[in-house]
Amino acid sequence: MSMPAIKTELSAAAIPQAATAAPVVTMTPKRAPRAETYARLAKETAARVVPPLIVVALLLVVWELICRRAGSSLPPPSKVFKDTRELILDPFFDNGGIDKGLFWHLSASLQRVAYGYSLAAIAGIALGTLVGQSVWAMRGLDPLFQVLRTIPPLAWLPLSLAAFRDGQPSAIFVIFITSVWPIIINTAVGIRNIPQDYRNVAAVVQLNPLEFFTKIMIPAAAPYMFTGLRIGIGLSWLAIVAAEMLIGGVGIGFFIWDAWNSSHISEIILALFYVGIIGFVLDRLIAGLGKIVTRGTAAN
Amino acid sequence: MQAYLKLDHIDKTFTRGTATTEVLKDINLTIEKGEYVSIIGHSGCGKSTLLNIVAGLTGATNGGVLLENREVNSPGPDRAVVFQNHSLLPWLTVYENVKLGVDKVFARTKNRAERDAWVMHNLSLVQMAHARDKRPSEISGGMKQRVGIARALAMEPKVLLLDEPFGALDALTRAHLQDSVMALHQKLGNTILMITHDVDEAVLLSDRIVMMTNGPSARIGEVLEVPLARPRKRLELATNASYLKCRQRVLEFLYERHSFVEAA
Repeated sequence: MSMPAIKTELSAAAIPQAATAAPVVTMTPKRAPRAETYARLAKETAARVVPPLIVVALLLVVWELICRRAGSSLPPPSKVFKDTRELILDPFFDNGGIDKGLFWHLSASLQRVAYGYSLAAIAGIALGTLVGQSVWAMRGLDPLFQVLRTIPPLAWLPLSLAAFRDGQPSAIFVIFITSVWPIIINTAVGIRNIPQDYRNVAAVVQLNPLEFFTKIMIPAAAPYMFTGLRIGIGLSWLAIVAAEMLIGGVGIGFFIWDAWNSSHISEIILALFYVGIIGFVLDRLIAGLGKIVTRGTAAN
Repeated sequence: MQAYLKLDHIDKTFTRGTATTEVLKDINLTIEKGEYVSIIGHSGCGKSTLLNIVAGLTGATNGGVLLENREVNSPGPDRAVVFQNHSLLPWLTVYENVKLGVDKVFARTKNRAERDAWVMHNLSLVQMAHARDKRPSEISGGMKQRVGIARALAMEPKVLLLDEPFGALDALTRAHLQDSVMALHQKLGNTILMITHDVDEAVLLSDRIVMMTNGPSARIGEVLEVPLARPRKRLELATNASYLKCRQRVLEFLYERHSFVEAA
């Protein structure tokens, strides 16, 4: 984004010099002074960071004003900070059982998501490729997928608890079953939309099926796959909190439930803040990965 | 004399449900080695279908294609295609696009270094060696088509199939690229079958021009020999009597005897 600006600046700086000194020697164009570059960068950053900061600050003030009155059911931000100071400052304590710092709760949740989501990514891309490639697989499986994907994540939990008889694999299964559908469906659409031209090229070059899969299908469908993967990571983060509230043990979902049961409303608010930030980071992570992998594919 | 490439009584019928459309009817054509043959006709006459049949991308309903007396019915690098819209893979660089074909065709006969040299050789044939690390989105339309030609040439095809290769380019770029193809044909002696709808292009480049009647059931209406010595120079031909006569013949065929009725 900043490149064109530099270029125009350079050429603008170079033109008058070239006009006056044209017959003598070619002059090296003057580079924009470093301080100026930094100043511009700072300006651009500020333009992005300042407006959300102002909005957040305003919201905090409004919240503080509304909840500061005596008898308010929710704590104002100042009280939230006072109550949760220890949790914020020391996220790594471990007193055994479920009395752990927030870091441990979040990392347990993230681990479950990592397992479930990885399985979903593998199975989703494999099934999506099958459904996108074969008309018969699509006719057979697509109606099934369309029905199954509408089942709410938590509705799967009792069934998986019955099957696995343990909380940990059940939570992972719920993550898996929640995030797999968008991955399957988007991959299938991506595979189906591979232009006939690319298939023709592959046919003329005589790529074998494996080469066709790795050299044409995966890169051609990658933008669609990453759309599915991005929706999937969002859904799995949504599902984990709900699932953990029910299965108990260590995890941010149960932390919230536990805080509710002990009426620590401030802790709930702090946990929600963390859940939001991590969900945002996960989404950006997958989006960034997609950007790197699909570089070149989208622009044609 | 045995023909190098022979299209033998080709019919093509498309069937959708109960409706059938006969696109091509009894196409017979023999092409000698090293010959440059153009197929010209109004859009929708099935000339692209014919090229796809020769390429093996579409099957003929009846009849078949013989290359050096062997029937071909699946696509392969011996009949490399330069597609109308270049069809470069956007996630590969220029070099990798050409290498994709080279790696398959010369997997056993050339080692790594030789294949690399061969890719670069073909890129320099079309003056694109400088852009080896660019992606297709970073180069112009004419350059993309050059790379498309390099990719096809690098497979050392027995027949080079050009499917309206210059159709999507502006007039100046097109002329430039036509000259390049002519020079390559002169230098390498490829057998070329080209689809076009541009009369000047057909006369300038071809040894023979195959004129197709309008579909449905398009046939070969007329085959015109172009008696012009090579190398041909675009500017000199503009006033050349036999060039003008050939041009006239093709125009007459296309716009008087087989004018495109539905177009208006």
